[in-house]
Amino acid sequence: MTELRYLAPNSLDEAIKAFAAAGSAGRILAGGTDLLVQMRAGVVKPGLIVDIKKIAEMMQIEQTADGGFRVGAAVSGMALHDHVSFGKVWPGVLEAVNLIGSKQVQGRASAGGNLCNGSPAGDSVPAMVAAGAVVTVQGPEGRREMPVEQVPAGPGRTNFKPGEILVSFTLPPRPKGSSDAYLRMIPRTEMDIAVVGLGVSLTLKDGVCTAARVGLGAVAPTVLLVEAAAKALIGSKLDEAALNAAAAACSAACRPIDDKRGTIIYRTKVAGVLLKRTTAIAAQRAKGN
Amino acid sequence: MNIVTDNKWIGQRTIRPDGVDKVTGRAAFAADTNMPGMIWGKVLRSPHPHARIKGIDTSKAEALPGVKAVVTARDIVDFPLDKSVMLGIQDMRWMCRNVMAREKALFPGHPVAAVAATTEAIAAQACELIEVDYEVLPWSIEIDDALKSDAPILHDFMKFEGKPSNIAGRLEVKKGDIAAGFEAAEIVIERSFTTRPVHQGYIEPHACLISVAADNKTTIWSSSQGQFMVRAMTAYLTGIAQSDIRAIPAEIGGGFGGKTIVYLEPLATLLAKKSGRPVKMVMTREEVMRATGPTSGSKSTVKIGAKKDGTIVAAHGIYYLQAGAFPGSPIRGAVGCSFAPYDIPHVLSEGFDVCSNRSKVAAYRAPGAPIGAYAVECVLDELAEALKMDPLELRLKNAAKEGTKAAHGPVYPRIGYIETLEAAKASPHYKAPLGKLQGRGVASGFWFNAGGESSAQVNITEDGNVVVTTGHPDIGGSRAGIANICAELLGIDYRRVSVLIGDTATIGFSNLTGGSRVLFASSIVATQSVEKVIQTLRERAAKIWEIDPEAVKWDQGAAHPVSPNAGQFPPLTLAELAEKAPSMGGPIGAGVQLNTQGADGGFGTHIADVEVDVDLGIVRVIRYTAIQDVGRAIHPAYVEGQLQGGVSQGIGWALNEEYIYNKQGKVDNPGFLDYRMPVCSDLPMIDCIMVEVPNPKHPQGVKGVGEVPLIPVMSAISNAIYNALGKRFYSLPMSPPKVLEVIDAPETRQAAE
Amino acid sequence: MAKVHVTTTINGEPSEFLCEPNDTMLDALRGPLGLTGSKEGCASGDCGACSITVDDNLVCSCLMLAVESEGHELRTIEGMARGDRLHPLQQKFLEMAALQCGICTSGMLVASDALLKRNQNPSEEEVRFWLAGNLCRCTGYDKIVRAVMETAADMRATN
Repeated sequence: MTELRYLAPNSLDEAIKAFAAAGSAGRILAGGTDLLVQMRAGVVKPGLIVDIKKIAEMMQIEQTADGGFRVGAAVSGMALHDHVSFGKVWPGVLEAVNLIGSKQVQGRASAGGNLCNGSPAGDSVPAMVAAGAVVTVQGPEGRREMPVEQVPAGPGRTNFKPGEILVSFTLPPRPKGSSDAYLRMIPRTEMDIAVVGLGVSLTLKDGVCTAARVGLGAVAPTVLLVEAAAKALIGSKLDEAALNAAAAACSAACRPIDDKRGTIIYRTKVAGVLLKRTTAIAAQRAKGN
Repeated sequence: MNIVTDNKWIGQRTIRPDGVDKVTGRAAFAADTNMPGMIWGKVLRSPHPHARIKGIDTSKAEALPGVKAVVTARDIVDFPLDKSVMLGIQDMRWMCRNVMAREKALFPGHPVAAVAATTEAIAAQACELIEVDYEVLPWSIEIDDALKSDAPILHDFMKFEGKPSNIAGRLEVKKGDIAAGFEAAEIVIERSFTTRPVHQGYIEPHACLISVAADNKTTIWSSSQGQFMVRAMTAYLTGIAQSDIRAIPAEIGGGFGGKTIVYLEPLATLLAKKSGRPVKMVMTREEVMRATGPTSGSKSTVKIGAKKDGTIVAAHGIYYLQAGAFPGSPIRGAVGCSFAPYDIPHVLSEGFDVCSNRSKVAAYRAPGAPIGAYAVECVLDELAEALKMDPLELRLKNAAKEGTKAAHGPVYPRIGYIETLEAAKASPHYKAPLGKLQGRGVASGFWFNAGGESSAQVNITEDGNVVVTTGHPDIGGSRAGIANICAELLGIDYRRVSVLIGDTATIGFSNLTGGSRVLFASSIVATQSVEKVIQTLRERAAKIWEIDPEAVKWDQGAAHPVSPNAGQFPPLTLAELAEKAPSMGGPIGAGVQLNTQGADGGFGTHIADVEVDVDLGIVRVIRYTAIQDVGRAIHPAYVEGQLQGGVSQGIGWALNEEYIYNKQGKVDNPGFLDYRMPVCSDLPMIDCIMVEVPNPKHPQGVKGVGEVPLIPVMSAISNAIYNALGKRFYSLPMSPPKVLEVIDAPETRQAAE
Repeated sequence: MAKVHVTTTINGEPSEFLCEPNDTMLDALRGPLGLTGSKEGCASGDCGACSITVDDNLVCSCLMLAVESEGHELRTIEGMARGDRLHPLQQKFLEMAALQCGICTSGMLVASDALLKRNQNPSEEEVRFWLAGNLCRCTGYDKIVRAVMETAADMRATN
């Protein structure tokens, strides 16, 4: 039996020190809604668990000087929901985070944990990618930033260096006429892992799309930033032709597998369907801004 | 008989006597109890779908500190393959091999050994130290694969038509001559259907806590649908005498048939005996999904012939049902129930029991009947369409009624099937308009129901209240029904009636909870017990008043002279007579034990509305009405509960539930994440119309209600999807990828637009 | 593994217990704490039978390490009634027969209570989506949803 140690440090430096020292036996604990399931199933047997919820920076939601948001890596979906303004500015990111699991899971699960767990189907990731989030990471060699779409390396893996801990997500300030949305296809109405997940963030000016980003999940080993889809939307009035082209780009970007949650054919088709629906919602919201 | 018509409690939505414990978290389920000195048991399970077990070495496990006992198949009583020993519907030859693999492991998850240790972690670790020498064999899971000429044969002794086979048996039900029947038909529709295995899905995993004393006196506390079944099976499988075993039914967290057999109890008993310590065993969700019995997957073909005016003249059903590792799929239900709602002159219904390398099937709510009805009710829908008849009208035209001879044997007494069809036709649901991409479907169903052995004991407390002890675990609110009945009969407030479930030591033999029989059977013996108690009360009052007992009546909780001529006496209440009991002959109570008879079958008709998202293939049920002849709704809310629960299981079966196997023959979705049962947001309100055609052979007119509600659902939904899309489905589940595939086939697009 | 000593507050009372570092809060509740009202249906956060609140947040106790409860305020089903006074939700569940076998009931009540504390006027859809993490196999959810909405209506009427 492995000796398991549990640590709940008050400072990021302490956390990094312990986590780095533990090497591959170390695991970060935020909400625990993935880690505990994996431990119970025996697929993960940590020697050290570093609970980051006592580190203030991890748990905070604040507006940055330029009007953007910084969301701590361990902030729960429920806490994000209860924030007075976050959901008004980033409704897509919020709804994505709050589609993870059940209300019980949302009481604990975080966007940080969802990203670092590395599931290709993690709900928050396509929305974060569409939002253009930048993650702040800190490790033994110091603090650095990277675009969120560069974090996933494959199923269960990230591109972080050993000892690095995700600290926060920074979301850019929103130009007028911007909004976002996230949709996923699941067979039931709740509780399923996304068969396809899609996030769209866009800006409209006088009915023309001036900026867009599309994040597509559960159709490849990592979440995809579908630049071709964004390109099809930008400069258009989000007419049928533009939407069809963007949808086709999403379907073309798919590299899915057949598994117990969906088939290749199905996922490829659904990616296109979701693009259209998600874009419509984001556009509707953007018109209100 | 004592049919009470002017009811104070029967038909009322009273508070169930066991309810407060359940809403406060106090009710004791099997995993909730501990005993001093308790240790934990774990099971080592085969990773292979099919393997000969050449040897098991448990020495390293036994040597691990903290391990107190190890059990293998050697410790389980052997039932030789050449002699069938039946316990109810279970053959002990299969049960002894199901609880622990003997010659062969026959499915991934098949127990091969069990360990008891001072902690769960040590027991689990010990299991990993057990070395099993497997000779891996080829396997087959699906019916088609198990029937191939070169299929791996699970059981060497099994032959069908003279050849080694995985077909364990065939059953048929016959009426008339279908060849002649089809000859006379003016329209014939024949279709084939497949369904996947689905699990009962009880939220509470199997659990037990067992103590065996040095003299073999055994106490079993377990989650089961029958404490007498638990006692008997454990006795048969361990060799301990039944009379040395006391099986206590814990509160049960769902069963639906899946807990009508034992998995853990014989193992825990042997571990407790060997270790001298009480042993607790609780299955994980994964163990439940891998190693307990879902129902059969199936392949069916149904052919129905009719005249142009809608009269059905012939029907032929062939049903292949998966049994899993050992014989015993519910072909009886498929064969016997599928045509039962209809008066058809020529019927042949055949069932084939097919073994394959998946866990042994266990009963699931009207076992076999939902599979048969799914096929038949879908063909009837096509027939109605071909004849341009309303589907309810087609059923009405051919409905079974009093005097109809059912293909499975009985001549129906007064039944309420036609009433369910008429209630469906007249319902606001049936007339409601439908929107774009919405559709409506109907289907009917029948279940045998049952009576069987039941015991009750009714005792009057010294303070004049009532304790009723019955013999069947309560899985649906039967205690509430019994309280209503006893209160009604005694004429007292229902809150003065306490209803308990006895254990094998404290109540007489009672057959297990299943077959939609608990309220039917237990209310018969409870009624007769109360009648005996009332007789005693009348005699006691008569003695006090010095009149003849015949001159005393019992009414509204008290003894009264039957008329002013008998005497002018103030009434003697139950409390007063109870107080006087010691000096008047002793305690007042009575018990009755019977093999109850007179159970009538149940009939239901359902209406389902669906809406289809044609771009994603998602079907949502947007409205549902379940109509059923319930005999007499003793407690309407719990009767509705049975209808609503069965419907929601059927919706899961229709749309998303299925066992998925990977390339290694193992269950790929052994958990609630990917075994997709309906969640709260998936379902609409489920409306119920309870038709009451009382069973004349029952004192309160009760008919069993629990199982019928699952039967019509899958077909009703399939028919509704057809109504929405113009496309038929012939396999379950109708999950989004399957629906989208069908939608995207060119013809459908036109129908939807 | 050496056991960890944890101090926490459960249903308003200071509590302490010993546990392994990898025990979940559900293990601790049902084991050393003797609070068996929370149930294990799946141990993977998919059924909600183990629902409790932590600092008024609805969570699955099977998805939380017992050691994490240190310094927090936990509430379980055992804390819903006040002595012999049932919580309005508990009373309504009984009156409306919103339970059959009862195994999901503890979790349903804790989850419903958490909803009504945030939203005294939930629509049917809001109730259903809030309770999506609480599996019930017996009732089809109909009477549960009605009981929650009626309790909400009663609470609004009293306030």
